[in-house]
Amino acid sequence: MNDTTTQKLTLFNFWVAFGAFGLACFFGLYQVLERSGMFSFIQSPAVYFASVSTHGVLMAFVLTTFFIMGFGYYTATDSLKQPIWNPKLAWAGYGVCLFGVVLAAVPLLLGKASVLYTFYPPIQANAFFYIGATLLVVGSWIWAVIMIVMLQQWKQAHPGETVPLPMFATAANAFLWLWTSAGVAMEAVFQLLPWSLGLMDTIDVGLARTLFAWTLHPIVYFWLIPAYIALYSYVPQAAGGKLFSDELARLAFLLILVFGLPIGFHHLYMDPEQNHGWKLLHMVGTFAVAIPTLLTGFTVIASLEMAGRQRGGQGLFGWIGALPWKNPMVLAAILSLLMLVLGGFGGIVNASYAMNAMVHNTAWVPGHFHLIFAGTVVTLYFALAYQLWPRLCGRKLISEELVLVQLWSWFIGMGIMTTPWHVLGLLGQPRRISAVHYNSVLTLAWDPYELLMVIGGFVLLVSACLFVYLLYKTQTEGVGLESQSGDEGMNLQPVRPLPAWLNDFGLWNRVIGVLMALSYGVPILQFFFLKTYSPTAWGY
Amino acid sequence: MNSNSLMSTISSWINRFETELQVDKLERKWLRVALGMVVLFVGSILLTAIVSGVHPPSHVETIDSASLHLGGEFAEDKLGVQAEALADGTLLVKLVAGRYGFYPREIEIPAGRKIKFRIASMDVLHGAHIPMTNMSTMIVPGYVAEVTTVFPKPGEYPMLCNEYCGMGHDHMWSKVTVTTPEDWRAPAEEIRHE
Repeated sequence: MNDTTTQKLTLFNFWVAFGAFGLACFFGLYQVLERSGMFSFIQSPAVYFASVSTHGVLMAFVLTTFFIMGFGYYTATDSLKQPIWNPKLAWAGYGVCLFGVVLAAVPLLLGKASVLYTFYPPIQANAFFYIGATLLVVGSWIWAVIMIVMLQQWKQAHPGETVPLPMFATAANAFLWLWTSAGVAMEAVFQLLPWSLGLMDTIDVGLARTLFAWTLHPIVYFWLIPAYIALYSYVPQAAGGKLFSDELARLAFLLILVFGLPIGFHHLYMDPEQNHGWKLLHMVGTFAVAIPTLLTGFTVIASLEMAGRQRGGQGLFGWIGALPWKNPMVLAAILSLLMLVLGGFGGIVNASYAMNAMVHNTAWVPGHFHLIFAGTVVTLYFALAYQLWPRLCGRKLISEELVLVQLWSWFIGMGIMTTPWHVLGLLGQPRRISAVHYNSVLTLAWDPYELLMVIGGFVLLVSACLFVYLLYKTQTEGVGLESQSGDEGMNLQPVRPLPAWLNDFGLWNRVIGVLMALSYGVPILQFFFLKTYSPTAWGY
Repeated sequence: MNSNSLMSTISSWINRFETELQVDKLERKWLRVALGMVVLFVGSILLTAIVSGVHPPSHVETIDSASLHLGGEFAEDKLGVQAEALADGTLLVKLVAGRYGFYPREIEIPAGRKIKFRIASMDVLHGAHIPMTNMSTMIVPGYVAEVTTVFPKPGEYPMLCNEYCGMGHDHMWSKVTVTTPEDWRAPAEEIRHE
C-alpha cells in the first residue's frame, strides 16, 4: 500500500537526505585537496575545520536521519498494509528536523561552529548549532514514536501473527534510536545548551565525553539497519531467490539492538576519565555485536548462492558469475559486502582493547568508517533509492546503465580513498589535521598517499553528482510506469508463528535497561562523587 | 557450578534455541564458527589484560587544569624528564599539553627502559601519539593522563597532537629523542656536567 501521503512524505525526507549528501561531497573534495597540501592557495585551517564540521554533520546526522525517516514511513505502510498513523504529526516531525538543520547550518557555514560533529567541549560553538542539532534529534523522536505506534496497531489487528521482517527491523531501529539518542540528548540539555547560552560557566568534559560515547557507537547501527533491511528484504528477491532464514534475520536485528547499545567505551579506550574495568566490559560487548554481522554476512551470501545456483551457476564459485550483476540491488549488495568484510576487519582492530593505541585518532579511523558507512551503508542507501524511486514517482529510472556506472564508480572511489588512509593511519598520521606541517623525517613517508586520496575524492564527487542527477532526471523526465504495485521487490513471504521473544520488543527493552544500567550507571554517577574540575569555554 | 555442568547447560540452551528456531544445519556450523572467533578474540584480549596487565591509559585522577601554572607537579620548573627514577627504575616524564605544543618541546629518553608519562592539559582536549609506537593517550582537561611504555628503537620521534584542539592544531607537536641506553644521561647529571 503506497498512498500519496506516504509517497510525498518519503520523497520530501529523501530529498533533504540526498541534497545534504550531494552538498557534503563537495565539501569532501575540498577537504582532500586542502589536506593534501598540493595547492597552497587553498590552505586555510579556518575554512578546513568549518568544512569538516559541516561535512560530518551533513553526512552523519542529516543524510542518515532523513533517509531513515523516509525509508521507515515507506517500509511501515508497505509491509503492514496500513496508512501512516497521524500524518500531520509526521509532517510536524519533518518540519522540526528541517528547522533544526537550517538553524545549525548557519553557524556551521559561517565558521561559528567548527567543533566537528562530535562537539568536543570545552571548545564552544555558537548556541544555535547545539539548538539546531537538538531539534533534529527531537524531530526524529516523533518518527520513532510513529513507527512504534504503527507496529502496535498492526499487532492489535493481527493477534498471534508474525510481524513482517522489514517492519520488525524498522521497529527495532526506532527503539534503538530512542535508547541511542538519550546520551547525546542528556549532554545537550544538561550541559551544552545551558553552557553555550551562558547559564553555566563551566562544563564537565569527562561527563560530556561519557554521554557522547553512549550515543556514538549505537548511532552507527541506527544508520546500518536500513542497509541490512535492504540485504534481507530486497536482495534475495532481486537475485532471483529467497531469503535463507527469516528467523535468524530477526535474531540478527535483536542482537544488534541489544548488544549495539552498551558498548560506547571503545571510543574512550584512550581516555583518562574512565577506569579500565569499564572499558574491558564494553570491549566484550563490542565483540559480541560482531555476531549479528557475521550472521548477516552468512545469510545474505547463502541467499545469493541459492539464487546463483537456480540461475544455473555450478561449482564452488560458479554461482557468483551466474548472479544478475546488472541488477542494481544485487550489484550494490555484492560491493557492500566486499567493503563490509574489509571494514569489519579494520573494526576488529579498532575494538581490540590494546591494539587500539596504534590507530586511535589516526587516519586509519576515517578510513575505517568511510569504508563501512560511506561504503557499505551508503551504497545500500543508493540501491534503495533506485529501488523505490520508480514507485515514489511513478516513473522508470532514466538509465539502467548509468545506475551501474554510479554504483561501480562509488565503490572504486571509496577503495582509492580509504586504502591510503588506512596506510597513513598505520604510519601515524593524525585524522583531524588540515595540513602536514611536522618537520620530521617520519612524516615524509606520508607524501605519496596524499595523491591517491585526492584521486579517490574526485571519483567520489563525480559518482555522487551522477546519483543526484539520476534521481532528479527520473523524477522530472522519466517515462511513466503503467501499473504500480506497491510492495514489488520487498520480500514479504509468510512466516510461521514465532515465539513472543522473536516478535516483540518488551523483553528486549527490559534487557537493554539492565545492560545500560550496568555499563553506564557507575561510569556516569562517578562524576557526581569525584572531585572534578570543570573547565570554562574556549574558542578555537 | 563446575565448568562441565556450565558447559552442558549452555549447550542445552543452544540446542533448545536452535530447535525452536529451526536453524539450518549449515547455519548451525557457521554460528559456532562465529561464536568461536569472538571467544578467541575476547579470550586473548582478556588474557593479556588480566594476566599481563596490558591496559589502555585509564588513570582516573582529577586535576584543576586552570591552575597548573600556580604550582604543584605541573608547574613550569617541574616539567620534563624527572631526575629521580621511580622505585622500580621507571623514568617519569611530566608534560603539559596546551595550545600548541607539549611542554617542554624537546625531551630525551633512553631506549629499552620503562617510561611513565604524566600529562595534563592547560586548556582544551588534546591527544598525544608518537607514530610507530604504542605511546598514545587522550588528554582531557580536568584529568591527568598517565601512560607507561618502552621504546625499543632509538631515533628521533615526533609527539603529535591527534585530537582537534583549535586552528593551530596542525602545528602542535614536540620532539622526543630516544637514545641508546649508553648515550642517555639523567637530566640532573647533565646540569652538573654543564
